[in-house]
Amino acid sequence: MQTTRFPVRSSIAERVTDFMSHLRGNGIPVGFVETDAAMRAFAGMNVVDVDATRMALKAICACNEDGFERFDDLFTAFWLNRGREKSGSVQRDDIRNNASQRSNLSVEDDGSASRSSGSQSEIDADRTGEASAGGEGKLVASRISNLEKTDFRELMTPQSLDQAEQVARAIARQIRDRRSRRRRAHNRGKQIDLRRVARAAVQTGGEPLNLFRLKKPDRPVTLVTLLDVSGSMTVYARVFLAFLKGLMSADQRTEAFLFHTKLVNIGEALRDHDTLRAINRLSMMAQGFGGGTKIAGNLASFNAQYAGRMVNGRTVVIILSDGYDTDPPEKMASEMQRLKKRGCRIIWLNPLMGWKDYAPVAQGMAAALPFIDFFAAANTLESLAAIGPHLEGL
Amino acid sequence: MTWTDIKSDLAGAGYIASDELAMAVHLAQSLGRPLLLEGAAGVGKTQIAKTLAQVLDTRLIRLQCYEGLDAATSIYEWNYQRQLLSIRASADEGAASSEIEDRIFSEKYLLKRPLLEAIQQDVSPVLLIDEIDRADEEFEAYLLELLSDFQISIPELGTIAATTRPHVVLTANGTRDLSDALRRRCIYSFVDYPDKQTELVILKAHFSQLNSHLAEQIVGFVQALRKEDLEKKPGVAELLDWTAAVSGLGINDLSDDPATLQATLVCLLKTQADQAAIPSEVVQRLVGKAA
Repeated sequence: MQTTRFPVRSSIAERVTDFMSHLRGNGIPVGFVETDAAMRAFAGMNVVDVDATRMALKAICACNEDGFERFDDLFTAFWLNRGREKSGSVQRDDIRNNASQRSNLSVEDDGSASRSSGSQSEIDADRTGEASAGGEGKLVASRISNLEKTDFRELMTPQSLDQAEQVARAIARQIRDRRSRRRRAHNRGKQIDLRRVARAAVQTGGEPLNLFRLKKPDRPVTLVTLLDVSGSMTVYARVFLAFLKGLMSADQRTEAFLFHTKLVNIGEALRDHDTLRAINRLSMMAQGFGGGTKIAGNLASFNAQYAGRMVNGRTVVIILSDGYDTDPPEKMASEMQRLKKRGCRIIWLNPLMGWKDYAPVAQGMAAALPFIDFFAAANTLESLAAIGPHLEGL
Repeated sequence: MTWTDIKSDLAGAGYIASDELAMAVHLAQSLGRPLLLEGAAGVGKTQIAKTLAQVLDTRLIRLQCYEGLDAATSIYEWNYQRQLLSIRASADEGAASSEIEDRIFSEKYLLKRPLLEAIQQDVSPVLLIDEIDRADEEFEAYLLELLSDFQISIPELGTIAATTRPHVVLTANGTRDLSDALRRRCIYSFVDYPDKQTELVILKAHFSQLNSHLAEQIVGFVQALRKEDLEKKPGVAELLDWTAAVSGLGINDLSDDPATLQATLVCLLKTQADQAAIPSEVVQRLVGKAA
């Protein structure tokens, strides 16, 4: 029979409190209310029955799908003394990062900066590897290295990253305001506010003389951004990350993803208020940064995992990519269609479009075009700033 | 009453709940907390509220959420036409305006919507707030207030406290992420597609005449179908529809008549893309697996 690892001395309440802090350490938000509920639940049941206890605590403490899935392991780890160290320590590091104080920030920045320069050299190694492998890859790489000399070197300074962020904020503001279906009192609204009319009519003997009106207020739109950080996009990655960061600070509900061969959710890391640290954290998160691209495959996993929750009729999806895809173009078309079906607006920002004589000939790009609401250049800050006015009309 | 009693009661009413779900229902009852159910469409989230009302022998009050749902459609609204008429009539009689106001803002002129109705019953009803994630954040915030205090304040009338506390069941399927505040106030359970054994029991509960060979084939087929890459996976409701169709057509073995079988798939696959994704070769392969 399975037994718990506790000596007799502590009371059930103490152990449950300990368990709650174990859950908190593993990212499940629980507190006094849950402890209280658990104690009340135990009062009416047989606590010796491990399975029933597990299910009861699960119903009380897990508050979303993710928590629901992980709960059983956390329960076993705590009560039945298995694998606790592992799951606990990883998460705690993460939390300490989040909660780090301003005072030790500079130290941490130095550390992460040097680590990220390490990964930078890895990226370069990756990219040359890729470039020598395939014909098309080589072409892309050499064209980009040209570009790097002309307009992108200066963009790597903190000032220009700031500027990218500001441009992003302005754009976010322009996209954000769309109408709601709720109504508020307003002088020139379309619908009549019967409640106020009836009330005012008391004074005029039942004649509705004054007509009060309701109007639909403006309602923010949410943004979802997907950033391509594959080999061919490496030179743009840092600027675009700053751009995403700007979108994020304009509206905290913005969601952000990186993709190369895999899709990575970077929303949490980007919400970090320190731009440099956020970007450095990201470079670490994105292993494979600078490798090949599977745009369609990544769109597929976005559609399957996240789109249901994040994308609806009031969402604008921004894809930042050059459209060089190793997946077949048919797959791109079907995934774009699936995404579009959710009723969102899709904006595709392509850095290559700023070049002279660019035509969207990359097969993946051509396949995606019919589903894109707005297709624009994004190779310089000016071109990013220039798209703002177009977005209001979407 | 323990959670196993709830499980057997629900089973008695034709709802086969997993242990975890039964425990969640039991705790929601005994702790007096709302029950939040998440899961894909068609796994029986709404049905559990209906069955619970049946088991508890009480009314089911349902509020279907949608974007733009507001107080006037979910809580209460004044009956403006009656109010205006009454003001006219009173004015003709020469009543004072304060008197008129008292009269037209009384319960007689109040149109009760589901949430107000739910807290004014003599016997605790089951209040089903369906697809809460479709409603917007403002409504969710309002609901939080209602679910913690069980009272509604109407400016003209004062605060209306609950006569009995309803058993609240909320369902969501991921249109929008719900706030942590709402989640934490609820007992939570994630409802998944039932496993093969459970699904067989469900099928037996609804079609007692069905021969067990066909039942196994049907369940096996649907379970295999859910593993395919579909836009809308068939839920329990679709399974029951399809079983009714198959047995109604007198099919005794799924591999007998491929053409008819293909035609009956309209009960399971509800989008054009999904129907195109499952051509008859795939159907035959799945039938082969299920047998």
